[in-house]
Amino acid sequence: MKTYVQHGKTMVDSPYKVEGKEKWTLKEKLLLGLTPRQYLAQAVRNPFNWILALIFAVGLPLIAGRFIFGLSFVTHSSNDYPWGLFLAFGLFAMVPLSASGFMLGTTVEIFGRHDFAPIERLALLNGLLGYFFAVIYLMVDLGQPWRLPYPMVVSFGTAAVLFLVAWHVATYLTVQIAEVSTSFWEWIGWPLGKQFIKKIAVGLTVSGIILSTLHQGALGALFTYAPGKVHPLWYSASFQWIHFFCSAIPAGLCMVIAVSTIVKKTMAWRCDDEFLDRLDSLTLGLAKGASLGLITYLAIKLIGIAHENEWAYLATGWGQWFMLEIFIGVVVPIALFAYGIRNNRPGLVRFTAFLTIFGIVLNRINTALIAFNWKLYQEIPHWKEVVICLTIFAIYVVTYRFILYRLPILYSWKEAPALAEEPVTEELRCPRSEPVPVEMYRSVD
Amino acid sequence: MKISRRRFLAASLACGAATSLTVTKNALGAGTFEGYPEGMGVLVDLTRCVGCRSCEAACNKEQNLPEPAQPFDDTSVFDQTFHGGQKRRPDENAYTVVNRYDQPDGKSPVFRKIQCNHCNEPACLTSCFVNAYTKTKEGAVVYNPKVCVGCRNCMIACPFQIPAYSYSSAFDPVVKKCIFCYDTRLKYGKPPACVESCPQGVMTFGNRKELIKIGNDRIKARPDRYVDHIYGENELGGTGWMYLAGVDFEQVGFDTTVGKEPIISNVKEFLGTVPMVLAIWPALFTGFHLLAKKKEHHSHAEQEDADQ
Repeated sequence: MKTYVQHGKTMVDSPYKVEGKEKWTLKEKLLLGLTPRQYLAQAVRNPFNWILALIFAVGLPLIAGRFIFGLSFVTHSSNDYPWGLFLAFGLFAMVPLSASGFMLGTTVEIFGRHDFAPIERLALLNGLLGYFFAVIYLMVDLGQPWRLPYPMVVSFGTAAVLFLVAWHVATYLTVQIAEVSTSFWEWIGWPLGKQFIKKIAVGLTVSGIILSTLHQGALGALFTYAPGKVHPLWYSASFQWIHFFCSAIPAGLCMVIAVSTIVKKTMAWRCDDEFLDRLDSLTLGLAKGASLGLITYLAIKLIGIAHENEWAYLATGWGQWFMLEIFIGVVVPIALFAYGIRNNRPGLVRFTAFLTIFGIVLNRINTALIAFNWKLYQEIPHWKEVVICLTIFAIYVVTYRFILYRLPILYSWKEAPALAEEPVTEELRCPRSEPVPVEMYRSVD
Repeated sequence: MKISRRRFLAASLACGAATSLTVTKNALGAGTFEGYPEGMGVLVDLTRCVGCRSCEAACNKEQNLPEPAQPFDDTSVFDQTFHGGQKRRPDENAYTVVNRYDQPDGKSPVFRKIQCNHCNEPACLTSCFVNAYTKTKEGAVVYNPKVCVGCRNCMIACPFQIPAYSYSSAFDPVVKKCIFCYDTRLKYGKPPACVESCPQGVMTFGNRKELIKIGNDRIKARPDRYVDHIYGENELGGTGWMYLAGVDFEQVGFDTTVGKEPIISNVKEFLGTVPMVLAIWPALFTGFHLLAKKKEHHSHAEQEDADQ
């Protein structure tokens, strides 16, 4: 891609092939305005695609095997550890990392911080894809995935936490599809769709906050069914849901920082100037939010220990592991974020975001797998389970990239020339290094 | 983006409706359920068990389970240990197993039968999001494989680690556990197969409330023989199957840390917050939105004034 851009090729970023005259066809849009041969050439040239191909070559047959020969073909199929890596990583870790959608939606639409608008669409997409693939992981893990709609239509276990999770994740996926669809309507050229979504944006965002609060929390509350099985340091009947919800906030924000970092490094050609110029200051802004979330999370974790008087456990081996998790995933990030924000070091902040993500993922895997059944024995996932997890993650990355290449997520769609000449819209596209006052955006709404 | 009064009202109404639904749901879950009055149970007297495994054989036959690798008169299975030094546990091919617990100081070993305890407020039932479990009025906890999605939350929730899953089946994996011989016996007032097969009279089948009396009478009559406790009378809200033992219950593999509250009590705190979030969040965040926008509208009006 870089090579083509260097040779003066512009990728599809407006409805018109030739200014104001000839429109791009759908096929051309899909190929980014390249010829099929050019498109294939760039795909083959990219070494990352070869790594993906290798993962798929091993992983896809294993996924097929899981559906032909059953779960025992790829997992340890343990009655003691009913939930393995598919859920520990795929569901319990992917969902908090996808809290970005409702976080940035709230920031921009509810609090009116339109200076975060350039990164809002990336955050919404990150949320949508994270949830979607959490459901994919779930489908691989469920015994009878074809019955996934049962809690909605066939039989209702209304008192179960999982019932709430199922309904909320399904509803929230719908909300997120609607939120992300604005860029799709622009790209496909159906402005009515976009206008409709804009009209209901506040409603969508508020329902996003409600649904997120409840199901992020509910994922934690699922473990309150297993008081004797989860180690007391990772368990809290009263606070489990709020621990999960609160840690999802820095997780989601850091995921936006992490993804935007990768995007800036690997597909800068697709980002417009506004995105690239503003990214550093946006990163610092997101980091501020994340560090507030982390400080709160640290506080309520300590309250959780104090509430159930679990201090004695800290002196055990489990306690050391717990403290290591908190130190690497929470305390160090708080310190590094503080230093990075204060001294205006976006690079350090980006590193810290990755560290925070690691910390949150570790927390979820600890709760669901490592500190689970602590009185029994340690489950080590089957290698095929690990490979399938990696494969689904690779599919997630490919889907993510496919969408970022095409839809106006990282760049703004250049509308019809007649519109583009309007001064306000033009002004919007100007690169800015400072946050834009809210007033400037008002007239666009 | 302006939020009109109409839209605000519509949103409030929708949320109100959602809240009332959730409140109903939680009202059903509130309170403590102490079991159906006519609920049946089994009192297992571990002091009488000699480890003959007749009950395992009877269960296998009654439930049409596959033939085991070792015959039921083979006592070498008591020496088997599994992952983490665990003893045998019920699985998809055996709904009940007997284990031997060697005792210190040269005392004779104690045998213990394990199967579903048929809780009064079963954790499996309350954790199931498709209502696959039912606590029948006869006291059995039965499972409906036709609606099970296979999330295995029941296995996470069960404090006795009873439900097992047929992982090896690709197209019809289901949960497998003791159902108190509900379909073939309990429904007709008959005791389960294992109880009937026992040559030692280890198990007494009867009304759960009567069984507690019988248990207490035995303890009173032979205080030297029994530990003064009926395991399952109050554990986790009470179970249909209850145990008498001559040694401390920990020494025969019982978890004595489970407490008296049923599992669902741990979850109620969260379930209680759900209607609150549904009711408060819409107004709270729409309010934030209005607060954040107020200044803007204000300046907008000012600007319009200036324009004129």
